[in-house]
Amino acid sequence: MNPSCLLEAQAISKRFGGVRALHEVSLTIRQCEIYGLIGPNGAGKTTFFNVLTGLCTASSGNFNFAGAPLDISAPHLVAQAGIARTFQNIRLFANMTALENVMVGRHLRTHAGVIGAVLGCAATRAEENAIQQRAVELLHYVGIADRANHLARNLPYGDQRRLEIARALATDPKLLALDEPAAGMNATETAALRVLIEGLRNDGLTVMLIEHDVKLVMGLCDRVAVLDYGEKIAEDVPENVQRNSKVIEAYLGA
Amino acid sequence: MSQANKYYSGLAVLILSLLVLPFALSAAGTAWVRITNLAILFVFLSLGLNIVVGFAGLLDLGYVAFYAVGAYVYALLASPHFGLHLPFWMILPIGAGLAALFGVLLGTPTLKLRGDYLAIVTLGFGEIVRIFLNNLSQPINITNGPRGITLIDPVRLGSISFGRSDQFFGLVLSGPMKYYYLLLLLLSLVIVVNLRLQNSRIGRAWEAIREDEMAARAIGINTTRIKLLAFAMGASFGGVAGGMFSAIQGFISPESFVLTESVMILSMVVLGGMGNIWGVVAGAVLLSFVPEMLRYTVVPLQMTLFSRIVIEPEVIRLLLFGLALVLMMRFRPAGLWPLRARQREFHKQAAIK
Repeated sequence: MNPSCLLEAQAISKRFGGVRALHEVSLTIRQCEIYGLIGPNGAGKTTFFNVLTGLCTASSGNFNFAGAPLDISAPHLVAQAGIARTFQNIRLFANMTALENVMVGRHLRTHAGVIGAVLGCAATRAEENAIQQRAVELLHYVGIADRANHLARNLPYGDQRRLEIARALATDPKLLALDEPAAGMNATETAALRVLIEGLRNDGLTVMLIEHDVKLVMGLCDRVAVLDYGEKIAEDVPENVQRNSKVIEAYLGA
Repeated sequence: MSQANKYYSGLAVLILSLLVLPFALSAAGTAWVRITNLAILFVFLSLGLNIVVGFAGLLDLGYVAFYAVGAYVYALLASPHFGLHLPFWMILPIGAGLAALFGVLLGTPTLKLRGDYLAIVTLGFGEIVRIFLNNLSQPINITNGPRGITLIDPVRLGSISFGRSDQFFGLVLSGPMKYYYLLLLLLSLVIVVNLRLQNSRIGRAWEAIREDEMAARAIGINTTRIKLLAFAMGASFGGVAGGMFSAIQGFISPESFVLTESVMILSMVVLGGMGNIWGVVAGAVLLSFVPEMLRYTVVPLQMTLFSRIVIEPEVIRLLLFGLALVLMMRFRPAGLWPLRARQREFHKQAAIK
């Protein structure tokens, strides 16, 4: 395996009854790249994310991640391995504050149990402070620290997207998978999002994103894969993908 | 600073009045001390159920089963039935542990269920436990069936028995008053445990599961473990409450652990405000005392008005109960004292960058 390769998907297939949502999709994502996954509606992009993050089981195929086989049998194992995701329709913990949302994200990398919490021992308190401090840092990072004490459901839409990213970052991921992060955003918000994602990459994170905003994908991504009817029909740098006849056909229905 | 002072002086007044309360109550009759003790037990149970229903969002209609487990553990280990007379401080942890085990037993097969479906299974579980208790008198007599277990030992601490009156420093403390102080002590422990858990890593994980289980899984929470932990923790509180119930009553039978008890405890949690510890306490106190007050007012009132009893107190109780729930759903759907965002202190100095 190529040392610069972070994620390798090998012939991933997923069937829902008679529907072939994914058919032998193979792709590789390199360290520190921004990798776009595009395709018409129903092409299987979100299904790919769900299989990758263990939310639904693959019919066949497997993943290698950071040089080791990835166990996708349970979502928390995938998160443990270092893959964090956001959702197409934002899934925050609505009745918790922004800060608490990010603090929950630290669950995976912390250890305090019931006994520590009940006795309030020093180690637990120190860990709790560290969790809070890290959460505040992450809120600063995505630029919504001034809303730390707001309930997640009361945040404006763009901030909810940012909060979801902050929560994902709290799990210390190597790969961040964003499912349509710019959906429903206006031009200003999209531009700000783009700056944020580029910043993530510059800080050493690998980003995989599903996106419909072609301008964003073409401008942001290093490489793009195109899915159509569950099959990968192209994988290349954006300029070449744009000129690919199969891709044009899939989008315009020649 | 004055805020903190206000808080501490408020707390001091609360503690003092709680300490004096049984003396005031026994002036009105020892029955009221007993009623208060039962109310504290219900607060106990509601706080236990609140972990499962309020924090983790798992609708449990069979909670009384854990109460029953705790009660029977105490009854079997401290009564002439098996001739065992273990001290209460030994039995309570056993009861809590066994109840927690039952919690896991209930939790394991229901991990994938939620909402109504979970409610139906837990309801069934509660009934199964009760029916078992009713029938485990054959072939080996374990529970003594519907006749229940009698002559259960009262709590004993050294030479002090909680079953009778004693004199301390010139103050006469009746048995129920001693239980009151013991329950108050246990209750404050339970409240501290609840408060600490709520603001901990585990408590946040429970709330995350309540808010969005799929998102919770995706960010790395092992929902299986965390849910079972909620069931076990909630059940263990039920077990402790059950043990105390046995000791106070001196007699238990399966009849004490029917479905309506589960519904009652759930109503306390819902009425008070799911997830908010103080709301749940308020709900439990309210729903424990109001029926008792009705008992003492409804009959005399009807006797003076109609010189006979037109409506049984029990019927009025259920009527008012239904009315209260309907009104609540209409005007305060999140409970009397709903969970508000706990405003975490936002330390500016903790902010980096």
